[in-house]
Amino acid sequence: MTPTRKRRLFAVLFVLLGVGTATGMLVYALSDNALFFYTPTKMAEEQVAAGTKFRLGGMVLPGSVKRDTQSLGVHFVITDNDAEQDVFYEGILPDLFREGQGVIASGILRPDGKFEATQVLAKHDENYMPPEVADALREAGHELPTEPGV
Amino acid sequence: MLGELGQFCLIAALLLAVCLGIVPLWGAQRRDSALVGTATPLTWGLFLFTFTAFILLTIAFVQNDFSLSYVAHQSNSLLPLGYRISAVWGGHEGSLLLWVLMLTMWAVAVTIFSRSLPPTFRARVLAVIGMVSTGFLLFTIFTSNPFGRLLPAAADGSDLNPLLQDPGLIIHPPMLYTGYVGFAIAFAFAIAALLEGKIDRQWVRWSRPWTLAAWSFLTAGIALGSWWAYYELGWGGWWFWDPVENASFMPWLAGTALIHSQAVTEKRGAFINWTLLLAILSFSLSLLGTFLVRSGVLTSVHAFAADPTRGIFILIFLGVVVGGALLLYTFRAPRLPTGTAFGWLSRETLLLVNNVFFACALGMVLLGTLYPLIADALNLGKISVGPPYFSLLFTLLMAPIVLIVPFGPFSRWKSDSWAHLKKELLPTAVISIGLGLLAMWMLGGSGVRAVMGWIGATWLILGSLLYLVRQIKGRRRLPPRSEIGMILAHMGIGIYLIGVSVVETSGLERDLRLAPGESTQLAEYSFRFDGTAPAQGPNFIAEQGSVVVSKDGRDITTLQPEKRRYLATGMVMTEASIDPGLSRDLYVALGESLDADGAWSLRIYVKPFVRWIWLGAIFMLVGGFIAAADRRYKQVSIAADDTIKSDKKAAEPGLATAESL
Repeated sequence: MTPTRKRRLFAVLFVLLGVGTATGMLVYALSDNALFFYTPTKMAEEQVAAGTKFRLGGMVLPGSVKRDTQSLGVHFVITDNDAEQDVFYEGILPDLFREGQGVIASGILRPDGKFEATQVLAKHDENYMPPEVADALREAGHELPTEPGV
Repeated sequence: MLGELGQFCLIAALLLAVCLGIVPLWGAQRRDSALVGTATPLTWGLFLFTFTAFILLTIAFVQNDFSLSYVAHQSNSLLPLGYRISAVWGGHEGSLLLWVLMLTMWAVAVTIFSRSLPPTFRARVLAVIGMVSTGFLLFTIFTSNPFGRLLPAAADGSDLNPLLQDPGLIIHPPMLYTGYVGFAIAFAFAIAALLEGKIDRQWVRWSRPWTLAAWSFLTAGIALGSWWAYYELGWGGWWFWDPVENASFMPWLAGTALIHSQAVTEKRGAFINWTLLLAILSFSLSLLGTFLVRSGVLTSVHAFAADPTRGIFILIFLGVVVGGALLLYTFRAPRLPTGTAFGWLSRETLLLVNNVFFACALGMVLLGTLYPLIADALNLGKISVGPPYFSLLFTLLMAPIVLIVPFGPFSRWKSDSWAHLKKELLPTAVISIGLGLLAMWMLGGSGVRAVMGWIGATWLILGSLLYLVRQIKGRRRLPPRSEIGMILAHMGIGIYLIGVSVVETSGLERDLRLAPGESTQLAEYSFRFDGTAPAQGPNFIAEQGSVVVSKDGRDITTLQPEKRRYLATGMVMTEASIDPGLSRDLYVALGESLDADGAWSLRIYVKPFVRWIWLGAIFMLVGGFIAAADRRYKQVSIAADDTIKSDKKAAEPGLATAESL
C-alpha cells in the first residue's frame, strides 16, 4: 500500500469508528430518554407495569382535585372520559391547571397503582388542548370543546 | 381602507419579487447590463412596499382597528401602546410579514454595502433573494394574510397572549428573524456562486461578513429567548430543549460550523464543497425551523395556529429551495476546486474537527426533535424525547470543542507540530487547571461537572487572552477586527460555561408553603413572606406578594412577585420577581393561594452565576459583529485574483494530497 492509501484507509476507519460510536451513543440516549404517551384507556390496554416512566394525558376530572393541608401535595384524577387514573403530584401546579382542562403529566407508575407525577404541563393558552389529548379524546369518540373564533 | 392599502402593498411587493427573481438572472445569463441593472431598483421597490405594508399593519394596531381579523385576535384596547406595537409580530401573520421585511432589509443592505461586487454576481445574489421573497410573500398572501377583514368588526380585540406582553418579547422575534433570514444572504451568495460557475475564494470573502452578522443576530435572538423564558415562564429555567428552541438552535449550530468552514475556504481554498453545503444547510434549517414552528406539528407557545395548509405550503417551499439548491450543487460539484492540501496537524484539521463536532451536534438535535414526529407518522406510538437526551449528548459533543478551541488560533495553516503547540499552550493548560479549581473553590459550583466546567472555562478565557497578548506583542498594535472578534467570541464560550456549570450544579430551588410572617432559609439568604396585597395594572389585576430577603440579619431587598389575571382573556400569569446580580440571582415566584389565612405556595430560587450564561452570549455576538466589520471585507476588488489555482502550485508534495481538479 502506498502511504497515501494507508492514510486514506486510516481516515476511513477513523470516520467509521466515529460514526459508529456516535450512532451507538445516540440510540442509547434516545431509547433511554424517549417517553411514551398514554391516556388512561391506553394504559389499561397496554397493561403498563409499575415502575414505568411515561407521560399521561387527559382531562382533570372535575371535583377530583384534593390538596394536602400541610404540604404542597395534590391528588387528582386524569380521565379520557372512558378510563380514569389517580395522580399524585407534589409541587406548584402551572397557572392554567384547572379542573376540566387538558393536562400532560410526566412521571412514574407506583406499585399501588397511583401515578406519581414529577412534572405537570398545562399549556400556555386558555383554549389550548394538547394535541395528544385532543387526538385521544377524538379517538374515544368525544366531541371536543370548539375553539371560540380562533 | 388601511387594510386594502396594505393588501395592495403586499401584492405589489410580490410582483416586484417575481421580477427580481427573474429579470436580473436572465440579464446576468445574457450579459445584458441593462437587465442586470434592474436588480437594485427592484430590491428597493420590494423593500419599500413590504415596509409600507408593515407600517400600515402597525398603524392598524396603534389605532385599534378591530375590523382587521389579525388585529382583533392579537390586540385589545386596554393593551399599552408599546405592546400594541410589538403585538404586530405577536401572531403568525404578522411575524411572517416581519420575516419578509427582514429579508428585504438584508437585500437592501446588500445593495448598499456590496457595491464593489461584480454587477452580475450582485444581480444573481439579489435574484436569489427575490425568489425566496416570492415564496414567502405567496405564503403570506394566500395562507396568512394579516390584512384579512373581520365582518362585522369586533367591538374589542381578544388580547395579546399575556406571556408575550413583555419587553423581552418586543426585541426577541426581530433579532431571531434577522438571524434566520440573514442566512438567506449566505445562501444567496452560495447559489449565486454556483450559478456563476466560477467558485473561488473570492465569493467566500464576500459572503463572510454577511454570515457573521447573521450569526450574531441569531445568537442575540436565541439568548433573548432564553432570558425571556427564564424570567417570564416563572420556572427559572433558561433552556428547555423545547422543539421550538431546537428549531432556532439548529441553524445556529450549522451557522457556527459555516463561519469556521468559511475561514478555511477564504484563507486556504479548502473545504469549498463543505462551505457551500453548509450555507445551503443553514438556510434550509431556518426554513425547517419556520415549518416546525408554524405548521402546528409541534406543541408550544410559539405554535400560533394549527393550520395544515400552512404546513404543507412551507414543506413544499422547503422542498423546492433545498431540492433546487442541492440539484444545482450536484451539477456544479464535479467542477469545484478542492483547494490546497494540509497536514494531519494544522489549523485546517482543527477547524475540520470543529465542523465534525458541530455537524454531529446538529444531527443529534435534529434527530431528537424529529424523532417524535417520525415515530408518530410510523405509528410507533406517541413519544417525547426528554431534555436528558439532549443535555447529555450535547455536553459530550461539546467537551472536545472546549478542549481544542485555544489551539485553533495558535496553530499554523497547512502543517504544524505538537512541539510548537505544546510550547505555546502547555503553561496555560497547567495554570488553567489550578486557577479553575481555585475559582471553583472561591466562587461556587460542585461535582465533576463543575470541575470540568471551571477548568474548561479558564482554559478558554486564558488561552484566548494569551493569543491576544501575543498578537499585540508581535504587531505592536491591536490585531485586525476579525481576530479580536474571534477572541471575544471564544472567551464568550468560557463565560457561558462558567454560568452553566455553577448554576446547574449549585443552584438552589425550593417550592414550599408559606403563611404570612413565615420565613425560609436558602443558602445564606433568609426569605420572609409578608403576605399579598391586591394590585392593579393597565390591563390586569394582580395579587402582589411581598418577600423580604435578608442575609446575616440585614435586609437586602424586598421582592414583589405577582399573580396576574388579565382582564380580556381571564388568563392567569405568574410574574416572577428577581434581584439580579453578577454572582447570583434571587428569584421568587408565587404559586397559588392555599387557604383563607393568606398562605401561598412559593417558588424560591437562588441562582448563582446565571447571568453569565447571557453575558457569554453577549461576548459571542459582539465578537461576531466586530469580526463582520473587518477591514479586509471592505477592500473587495474585482481584479482580485488570488484564486485557488495560484495556490495549487504552492501545495507541497508529501502532505495528504487533495483530489486534483
